Amino acid sequence: MTGRPISPEPRHLPDRRIPSGARPRTREHVLTVAAWLAAVLVVSVAAVGCAYLLWRGVPTLGRALFFGDTPPLLAMAGLRPVWDGIWPACAGSLYLVGLATLLVLGPGVGCGIYLAEYAGPRARRHLGLAVELLAGVPSIVMGLFGFTLILVLRRTFVPQANTCLLLAAGCLALLVLPPLVVSTRAALESLPHGLRLTGAALGLTREQIVFRVLLPEAGRGILGGVMLAMGRAAEDTAVILLTGVVANAGLPAGLLAKFEALPFTIYYTAAQYQTEDELARGFGAALVLLALSGSMMLGAGALQRVMERRHKGEDAWN
Amino acid sequence: MKLDPAVQGPSRPFGRDARTPLALRCAAAVTVLGIAAVFGFVTVYALPVLLSGQGLAVLSWRWLPAAGQFGILPMVCGSVLLACSALLLGWPLALCLCGWMHGLGPARPARGLRQLVHGMAAVPTVVYGFVSVFLLVPLVRQAGQGSGLCWLSAALVLALLVLPTMVVIMDAALREQGRALRLTGAALGLSPAQVFAHVMLPGARRWLITAGVFGFGRAVGDTLIPLMLAGNAPGVPASPFDALRTLTAHMALVMSTDAGSTAYHSLFAAGILLLAVSAGVSLAVRRLRGTGQDSLPDAEWRP
Repeated sequence: MTGRPISPEPRHLPDRRIPSGARPRTREHVLTVAAWLAAVLVVSVAAVGCAYLLWRGVPTLGRALFFGDTPPLLAMAGLRPVWDGIWPACAGSLYLVGLATLLVLGPGVGCGIYLAEYAGPRARRHLGLAVELLAGVPSIVMGLFGFTLILVLRRTFVPQANTCLLLAAGCLALLVLPPLVVSTRAALESLPHGLRLTGAALGLTREQIVFRVLLPEAGRGILGGVMLAMGRAAEDTAVILLTGVVANAGLPAGLLAKFEALPFTIYYTAAQYQTEDELARGFGAALVLLALSGSMMLGAGALQRVMERRHKGEDAWN
Repeated sequence: MKLDPAVQGPSRPFGRDARTPLALRCAAAVTVLGIAAVFGFVTVYALPVLLSGQGLAVLSWRWLPAAGQFGILPMVCGSVLLACSALLLGWPLALCLCGWMHGLGPARPARGLRQLVHGMAAVPTVVYGFVSVFLLVPLVRQAGQGSGLCWLSAALVLALLVLPTMVVIMDAALREQGRALRLTGAALGLSPAQVFAHVMLPGARRWLITAGVFGFGRAVGDTLIPLMLAGNAPGVPASPFDALRTLTAHMALVMSTDAGSTAYHSLFAAGILLLAVSAGVSLAVRRLRGTGQDSLPDAEWRP
């Protein structure tokens, strides 16, 4: 029992190396408390916001919200104008999203395929950088671009050019182009290498491999990208604010006409509502837009996750 | 056609010399053209404003269209203040949420929280704004003086808006790390909370910064929240209960009020400033995430 010098040092050391119950473990304790607070805060804020929107929005849902006093069939055919319903805004949004999707589908998917399968390292780097730069552009600046486009057209070829549905759809298409390119590229690149090698070994040409084997395999991921783009196009307000949305246009009269859109109706209601009826309609519109754009984005996420999972195990073999 | 996987890498058995179909070339060209047009048009319209004598007029502190003064510096200040305050609120919140999902909280509900955050990302911006106008603004009005349409309201909602973006980036990086570290940590006798606080957090520093930069870009670029909630008075706020006006909201307001061609100059100046900030953010994120082995694939973290 002799010989071992007793000093505070050796008893102190292990305590410092392995934090144990004796010593307060401040860092993780503080973090744990903060994490619980954050989780409770975010969940309760989301619950309160959601409940409030449902409480005010759900009672307004119904035929009157969309069409007011107008008979629905006549309104949908465009024979009678709708004064106190959100149908024109819904139709405007549908036109807008459809048109933007039509415009973005070719360039977006094509550019994604090019980046994933054909581009050399330099083209990959430069085009990738360009797409990333475009992804960061704020939507209001995209609206400003549309506006300058009109200014240029007025000065050159078409003196009577004005902001319109086609212009807004074009700007929206540019805005949602990057997500579509990134999703398409990621879907193709997530496929196992074995598919490409097998195709080559079977004597397929490169076009056959890409368009007959890889594209069908990546279909879900690409569809997810398209849905993501549609959801983004449906919710964006800032672009259409600068490219021709108005509060009262009725159903869009054509590609070169002004139009109404759901997100703008919601914004306009918050700023300018006069009666309780209008306010209720605003809540209804918010709920409809949430269902429309939210379901599309969530669907896109689900599709992409399915896609990821499908090929996860196969890479282990190669 | 040459077939040499060993040289060309396994992902492209045919190498680079195989011809690209015309349609794909056109698609890539259209994309490049569109991107060039966005940057080119806005720059072409903004440069004369900034370089000529009007440049000084635009870069001043007074916005009095009636008196012919079109300074946008208050809006620049408003944009920076609002984005920074939103980030100051949102970034720690995102970090704590990620901590809760990766060891500080119980394991099973973490999946539910992740789904909730993904759901929040799917909510349109204008719906955030609309609900806040009727739910948050009255509360702020009671708490402070004034109308409730102020810096504080906008900052709170903007923080909530950029939260999912940041959580998704942090979550992707932490999940990669957690896969490698969980068993090692457990074998060393560390609790999940200790692994998170002492090992994962320092290791993910670069990604935490990336998330912050990305969130800043989103916060600066957002239009609807400041437009609906910040009050839009063109001045520098003295307290969180004062109104402010951001560059984005300014652009929307100038367009909707048709203030004449001189006011449009400020529109283009604001546009090019925003474009420069967003390009800077994109380049910074690109540099931060790197291309080395520890970088994550795009699909994993891109919201």
